[in-house]
This record gives sequence, C-alpha cells and structure tokens, in this order.
Amino acid sequence: MKLRRSMLFLPGANAAMLSTAFVYRPDSIMFDLEDAVSLREKDSARLLVFHALQNPAYDDIETVVRINPLNTPFGLKDLEAVVRAGADIVRLPKTDSADDVLALEAQVARIERECGREPGSTQLMAAIESASGVVNAVAIARASPRLVGIALAGFDYVMDMQTERGDGTELFYARCAVLHAARVAGIDAFDVVYADVNDEAGFLKEVELIRKLGFNGKSLINPRQIELLHNAYAPTEEEVEYSQRVVAAAEKGEREGLGVVSLNGRMIDAPVINHARRVLQRAEASGVRK
Amino acid sequence: MNDCANSRLLGTPAIAGLEAFEGFSHRAPHLASADLKHTRKLCDSLEDAVRRCGLQDGMTISFHHAFREGDKTINHVVELLARMGFRNLTLASSSLLNCNAPLIEHIRSGVITRIYTSGMRGKLADAISHGLMEHPVTIHSHGGRVKLIQSGELKLDVAFLGVSSSDAFGNANGVGGRSRCGSLGYAKVDAQFANKVILLTEELAPFPNTPASISQDRVDYIVKVDQVGDPSKISVGAARITSNPRELLIARYAADVIEHSGYFEQGFSLQTGSGASSTAATRFLESRMLRKGITAGFALGGITGGIVDLHRKGLIEKLVDTQSFDGDAAESLRTSPGHIEISTNEYANPGSKGAYCDRLDVVILSALEVDLDFNVNVITGSDGVMRGASGGHCDVAAAANLSIVVAPLIRSRIPTVVDKVTTIVTPGECIGVLVTDHGIAVNPRRPEIAERLKAAGLPLMTIEELHARAIAITGEPAPIEFLDKVVGIIRYRDGSVIDVVRQVKD
Repeated sequence: MKLRRSMLFLPGANAAMLSTAFVYRPDSIMFDLEDAVSLREKDSARLLVFHALQNPAYDDIETVVRINPLNTPFGLKDLEAVVRAGADIVRLPKTDSADDVLALEAQVARIERECGREPGSTQLMAAIESASGVVNAVAIARASPRLVGIALAGFDYVMDMQTERGDGTELFYARCAVLHAARVAGIDAFDVVYADVNDEAGFLKEVELIRKLGFNGKSLINPRQIELLHNAYAPTEEEVEYSQRVVAAAEKGEREGLGVVSLNGRMIDAPVINHARRVLQRAEASGVRK
Repeated sequence: MNDCANSRLLGTPAIAGLEAFEGFSHRAPHLASADLKHTRKLCDSLEDAVRRCGLQDGMTISFHHAFREGDKTINHVVELLARMGFRNLTLASSSLLNCNAPLIEHIRSGVITRIYTSGMRGKLADAISHGLMEHPVTIHSHGGRVKLIQSGELKLDVAFLGVSSSDAFGNANGVGGRSRCGSLGYAKVDAQFANKVILLTEELAPFPNTPASISQDRVDYIVKVDQVGDPSKISVGAARITSNPRELLIARYAADVIEHSGYFEQGFSLQTGSGASSTAATRFLESRMLRKGITAGFALGGITGGIVDLHRKGLIEKLVDTQSFDGDAAESLRTSPGHIEISTNEYANPGSKGAYCDRLDVVILSALEVDLDFNVNVITGSDGVMRGASGGHCDVAAAANLSIVVAPLIRSRIPTVVDKVTTIVTPGECIGVLVTDHGIAVNPRRPEIAERLKAAGLPLMTIEELHARAIAITGEPAPIEFLDKVVGIIRYRDGSVIDVVRQVKD
C-alpha cells in the first residue's frame, strides 16, 4: 500500500530545483514538462528530467512525469525519454476519455519493448481537467491496469465549466465524481493544487475538506506545503491506539482460526482491519498529528 | 596655595611630596561655572570633539556595529579624520559590513593602516582579500575582542560611539530617540575601556537619560549629529527573515534536533545566531515547547523578532541581549522588564569573570563551510574572499552544551560540506551537530546525541556521506589559488591564532 499524500510539482526546466527537490521528502515528485515549461524550453526540460530520473538521489522516491499531450509535437518525445529513463509513473494531462489512456498505454508498451524495460512496469496516472473527463471518470479510471490514480486539475476544469476558483463549491461535483471513479476502479485519487502558498490557513482548510471526502492526497506547488499536509493527514493519537488494538485483535483471531473477531463487543471485519492498517501506515510515515 | 591650607600645613613633614589643597575648583575648573558644570562635554562639532580628545597619528579609534548595514557613524568619522589630515590610524570596529566600502579610499591614502574587526563583507572585504593593506587584518570574535582589549594588545585610544539618545552628561542608550538600534552591547565595552569616549548622538535628552546603557562616568565628549544610523537596515543581509522552503526545512530540522537533544527541558536556554535558517528555527520551536509544556529560562545573543515573539507569549522568560537584530528586538528591550541589555564582556569574553554564554544549553550557528572534522569557516567564501564575520561563533560554540550548525549542503553549485575548510574560525571539537537540507550529521565526539536523534527518527547521515552527496551533485570544485601574503589573521577567542587568510590570486 503506497502512500500518496503529497505530490510535489517541479518545473522540468528548473535545474536547481531538480538537483535538490528530493530533500523535501514528498510521497511523490512530479516533474512537469507541460504547463510549467515554456515552449522554447521544452527540449532542455525533457533532457534535464531525463537525467534527474536516473540520479540515485531519486531512487527511493516515487517519480511521476507530466508529459505534454500526445497530440502536441512534444508528447511522444517526452514519453520516449521518460519511459526509457525509468519514471515510475507517467501522468497524462487533459484526459477526456478512456481512449486517451489506451492510446498512451499502447505507446508506453511499445517503448518498454524497444528499450528493454520490464513490460507493464511503467505505471500511469490520468489528470482530469474538463467536463468530459469528469463525466467519463469511471471509464477513464478503469481503462488500464497500469493506472494507479486519477487526479483532478482545477484550473482547466473551472475554465471549461465557465466559472472560477472560489470556496470549493465550484469543484464539489468534480471532486466527488473523480473520487468515486477512483474507488470504483480501486485506484488513488488526488486533489487540485492550492495556489496561494502564503495562505497556510486556507490551505489547511482545503486539506481538511479533501481528507474527509476521502482523497489519498493532493498536488502541491511549494515544498513548504508538504509538512503541513503530512501533519494534517497524520492520525491522532487516539486513532493510532484504537487501530493498534484492532490489528492486534485481528492477528490474534487469525492465529486462533476465528472467522469473525470482535473488539469491546464490536465486530471487526476486513474493511475495519484494512482501515486500521492504513492509519498505522500513516502514523509510521509521519507520526501522530501535532 | 589656598591661604587656609597654607597656614595650617606649612612646614608639616608628614605631607612632604603631596599636593596641598588649593580650592574646590582648582583641579575641576568647570565647577566654578554653573553653565560649564553641565555643558562641558558638549562639543560644537565632531571636529571640535576630535581636537579636544587629543587624537594623534598612529592611535587606535574604535566603533560599534549595532546599526549593521545602516551604520552612518564609521564612514562619517573616518572621512572627517582623513580631511583633518590624520594618518596611520588603527581601526578597531566591532565589525565591518557592506556599507563600509568607502573605507577603501582611506586605506589607500594611509589614513587607516591597521584593522581589528570581527568580520567584513562586500567591496571592502574583496579589496582587502586581494591585498589592499600592508598589514593583515586581525579577525576576532565578539568575546575575543574584549579579551584582546583586556590583555593590552588592543588599546582603544578614542571610541566614537553612535547612539540614538544621550543627555548632555553622557547617559546614553539605543532605545530612546529616533534611530534606535536597541542593545549597545558592543559600545558598552568601548565606553569602559577606551581612553577617550566621544558620543555621537541624534538626540539630546533631558538629564538624567535612563536607562543609561553607557553611563556618564565613561563619557568624555558629546556631539549632536543628524543621523547615527538607519535602523531599517539592521535586519538586512545576515539577519533577514526567510520564506525560502530550503531554509525553512533546515530550520525545522534544527528545531527537531533541539527537541530531541536531551536539553529540551523546563528552563532550558538557547541562542539562535544570525542567518536565515537559524533565525527561522525559533518559529518551529514554539509548537514544540507548547506540546511539551515547557518554557525557556533565557535566550541569549543577537535577539530577533522571532525570539521576542516567544518572550511575549511567555515561552522565554528572559532575553539577554548583546545585539538587537531588528526593530521588534529594540522595542522589546525598551519596554519589557524581562529583556535585559549586556555588554560583550558579559556575553562571551573568555576572560570575563562571568560570561552568559557559559550558561547556554543549545545554540544554532550558521556556516559558510564545514569540513569532515566539523571545523567551521564563517569568514571566507568559496572564492577565498572574506565575506562573513567571526561574530560570537567560536565563543558560544565553546561554551554551550550543544552547538548546532545549520547550512544548506550546496550553495549555488558550491558544496558547503568540504574536505578541509578554507579558513578555520571555530574548531570542530566544539560542534555537536551539523544540520543540512540533505540530512543531519552528528559529531562522533557526541555519541549520546546521535543516539537520541536516531531514536527520534531524524534523518542522520555521517558527515562523510553528506560530503559525498554534495560532490556527487556538484563535482569536485577546483582549488582556490592563494598567494603567500597573509591578509587576515584569525584569532581564537582566547587570543591565540587559529588560522590565517592569504591573498587571493587574481
């Protein structure tokens, strides 16, 4: 069970950030070749990310690359480079339908064959940025076994909806739709970036909302947001204690060959045990909430 | 001889060789004039004060640097002394900064021929590093400066001390008047030890001007000037506030190290030096103190707004201030009874009968370079040019129970952790922990600290691993080329020589 609470965006053309960003220890680092890179820097950014992906410093951190859409002159070149360089996950922007995912998957499979990378080892993530994408979210999420998650991208989505970012009301349907699609497919769901890096209170309010909704995590644009997010996602001391008791009871039941286990008179079934294990994993990753 | 004394004492063998009484004002003529009695120290101009104090060629003039980059006194005084034709002076400023670049021309023309300072920056430092002066500059620590004065090596002939407020008798402080620098910790020492003391004050306050950081019995002459310094520039440069995520990451790690160091107990004491990460660490300490339900007994040293904030919230009982790093600190010194002002003799002089730094639990210090033996360089940059200050670094590192050095592993493609530092200012034996953005290294001399931090799950690495990481990213830098000429002598706090700085090859 891989934790994906924080996904830190890094502009692919920023060499200084690429050389040190791993020190911030987000759950995943996303090198961006798309919107954060100007047209005249597309080639140099691709080359920088190609080398960064092979730097041993990124070995123990999940790497994601947001490539340009495949219908641009850059998309396929990006994909050729990052699959060969060993990116863990390729993130497809502006995913409107399952066909977009299938087209990407076919190219990824070909490149894996050509470069000798283990078939199926390149995972995928789809970013949903339009009304079509939201409406097709379930089909998109189920389109490929390589998909590990779908992400809502707020800026393009609200433009498509002819509205603007506000208190979150404008994203309510999309958030719920994307989240449900992810859960139907058994994959992760990621929320939008919070752009005002100096507004810690606003950021934490949004994190609290998406955590309660059930999102696995959030895309981040500044390393300062990582610790705040991880702490908000950390379980409380009470949650950790209860989860420890649940897991202990479950393990005891398993040892004794009991089909059903109870704790303090309440039945503990698989979903409760899985939830308890997730809580303990989060506590392991970032301690208890401070 | 006074008639009365004459008749009573004449021919008394017991007083042979002693001077007989000659009237109440004979040896204190100002007492004979009601006006002079109050105004005798006031000078019409700085030039007037200089003439009256008896400054001669070859003497030593001293200054404080509490206004840091906003200082208006040092350049102004030296400019005047140059116009008055003085030569061959020794400049003993507690430190020199970027703003002191105008001194270069007065060094070239022979007005200033020797310098004692804690450090230097900018064009002045660059010129000196490239061989501007015939005699090497003596670099001392804040505590070590007082030690050099006490030992007699550094004899202050005339101190020119800029203050925001003084009365006509010389009771002066940095918390009254307009341009407030806060603590006069450096100036207090010069006022105590200099042969002649000239105050440059912006404001002549009603007598008695209290609190008197510098007391009337230390002051010879007083000159009213338009401006002694710009306090808005105190927190520029080394004492700035950061929102840089890397510096904040280091600050958070530093707070983690303090929390788990074994010294984070009720009544602990701390110092956070200048430097962005060091200053920022205070903001991460607050939540940790609240969580553990503890307060600090005192904070020492350069006091920042962040430290003042914790003091106001009741988390630090006393602030012991030898230099105020910003307006918040100066205002707190003025208003808070728990915020006290101390001299650098009380702060960190190893020869002092009682230095506050000896009572310190933890200190956070910055660094330009740290080597595999944990030696620290805070003077020379990666190009061999002087661009920093010794400050209280080696003083507090020697005295505190735990010294934590904070620095990014790499600065603009240049490694901070190196095989050998360019210049040793603080010996590695005094450093407990190095905190970088890539990980935390504990000095093998402190295994108990390593154990505690490991148990707390902090990202520990050896300093060799940090060095290897840095080199893997930047490559091995080409060595700096130096000439034989020594341009700076680094004095340890006890007066001994710990290193020299050589002239950089152009």
